[in-house]
Amino acid sequence: MILESLGKTTLSVIKQTREVFLLLGQSLYWFFVGPFKKKPVSRKGFFAQTVFAGVESLAIVFFVDFFIGMVLAMQSAYQLQQLGATIYVAALVGVSMTREIGPVLTSLVIAGRVGAAITAELATMKVTEQVEALETLSLNPVRYLVVPRFLALLLMLPCLVIVGDLIGMFGGFVVGVTQLHLTPGLYFDTTINFLTIKDIMTGLLKSAVFSIIITMIACHQGLSTEGGAEGVGRSTTRSVVTSFILIIIADAILTALFYFAKT
Amino acid sequence: MSDKEIVISVRNLTRNFGERRILNGINLEICQGETLVIMGGSGCGKSTLLRHLIGSMKPDSGEVWMFGQDIAKANEDELDQIRKKFGMLFQSGALFDSMTVGENIALPLREHAKLDEDIISIIIKMKLELVGLRGFENLMPSQLSGGMKKRVGLARALVMDPKIIFYDEPTAGLDPVMTGVVDKLTIDLTRKLNITSVVVTHDMGSVFRIADRIVMLHQGNVLQIGTPDEIKHSKNPIIQQFITGAAEGPISFMQTGDNYLEHLTSKIKE
Ligand SMILES: Nc1ncnc2c1ncn2[C@@H]1O[C@H](COP(=O)(O)OP(=O)(O)OP(=O)(O)O)[C@@H](O)[C@H]1O
Ligand SMILES: [Mg+2]
Repeated sequence: MILESLGKTTLSVIKQTREVFLLLGQSLYWFFVGPFKKKPVSRKGFFAQTVFAGVESLAIVFFVDFFIGMVLAMQSAYQLQQLGATIYVAALVGVSMTREIGPVLTSLVIAGRVGAAITAELATMKVTEQVEALETLSLNPVRYLVVPRFLALLLMLPCLVIVGDLIGMFGGFVVGVTQLHLTPGLYFDTTINFLTIKDIMTGLLKSAVFSIIITMIACHQGLSTEGGAEGVGRSTTRSVVTSFILIIIADAILTALFYFAKT
Repeated sequence: MSDKEIVISVRNLTRNFGERRILNGINLEICQGETLVIMGGSGCGKSTLLRHLIGSMKPDSGEVWMFGQDIAKANEDELDQIRKKFGMLFQSGALFDSMTVGENIALPLREHAKLDEDIISIIIKMKLELVGLRGFENLMPSQLSGGMKKRVGLARALVMDPKIIFYDEPTAGLDPVMTGVVDKLTIDLTRKLNITSVVVTHDMGSVFRIADRIVMLHQGNVLQIGTPDEIKHSKNPIIQQFITGAAEGPISFMQTGDNYLEHLTSKIKE
């Protein structure tokens, strides 16, 4: 019994993984080949998605990253004070924000906000025959629905991560200056001295990978929805949970790669 | 009928959903310029049959020929070309709810035809006029009633001037007058423009107003194909019950049969 259900789960995971990669392949196909077939990505759709995924996510990214930056500063100050090295709070906040916390946290927030919205929208379209209607109008759903979302998030998530990194460091700065008696100039200089371009680039690379995970999972879940309103709810939950797990796994793999690549 | 060109030809179409066989070897030929009505009980597979005709579902076996091509085997590009020649009205209307009524109707034009925006706006107005919705182009689908959505769906299906139109219950949820309007539209399109119509409907009034031929589906099979007169005077008790709408008859709705008690108590015995 247990073996049987384990086998079934494994099979379904393999099948879904295959489908997600197929979807990614089709998206890339439509992005690169579409323009030559006179079927480019809809600029209007792309623009609308950019505003939704990027601009309208700014507030929540500000909020989350600012407070995480503050928390990070306080937590590290608690340790570093015992060594009399409070100034390294600036370095620690800067490096961990850009390399790790910024990309991962921002991506998780976006998976919850944008990923869920994408799945819910596409799933609703699927169960109300709108996806089928697109097909009968000779409009490919991948080209028309998936690619604009994919490109928009691929562009906007790294931007949001940069914003989040800066806000996080600012949160740390506020704590450092008001609570840890560091001068603003010193805090600023220390941050700059310890940050390298590579830190920022690894963070951005991570966020690009995460953005692909978010849109591909969200679109795949949405377009494979069946069974009315209940199905929409189920897909949306599954989309967010799957994105979360995959983001964490991808983060571990990428971090390990960067770590071993260095040595 | 034999003198007319056949535009759709369905051969031995079967389709299962899981264990259940929904379509069980359907054979059907549809001629240029006729209105074919598909009848059958709720859940007997009428919408599923339409989905196979428009190529959005693939059959388990069998063929669907349209414009000289087997659309069950056509690739995406070929399918796109065929799809531009027909329109489909979905059972729920299937309007895109992120777009206004006008944008819904204009979408196929904007995507497939390089037309001036002025011309597009005139075409939208013309199509809305046809379905009795003048001045509604700036409303969102969520602001429309069910019947209005369906009529917008019809306007969208008509916008590319298709050669074949598929209707899934075009008049369900419409008032008697609007039903008459949509019926008349179907008749006009066939008689005047020689468009082929394939209509799924339960509305017996409409059926006999619009149909050139009628197909009766039952349990995944074609029970009978014939002209409205032939169907009306059919000896088949199932068809007679369907036309008259009698509760008692061979289409058993109430499970008064001998196994009903058995069915009710099946859990208890286990
Ligand atoms: N995607 C699907 N997956 C599984 N079963 C399905 C699916 N679509 C339809 N069915 C089943 O196929 C049968 C026929 O459905 P269909 O929608 O074609 O009926 P219908 O004749 O159009 O009914 P109605 O007149 O109520 O619209 C139903 O019993 C339904 O449960
Ligand atoms: Mg139906």
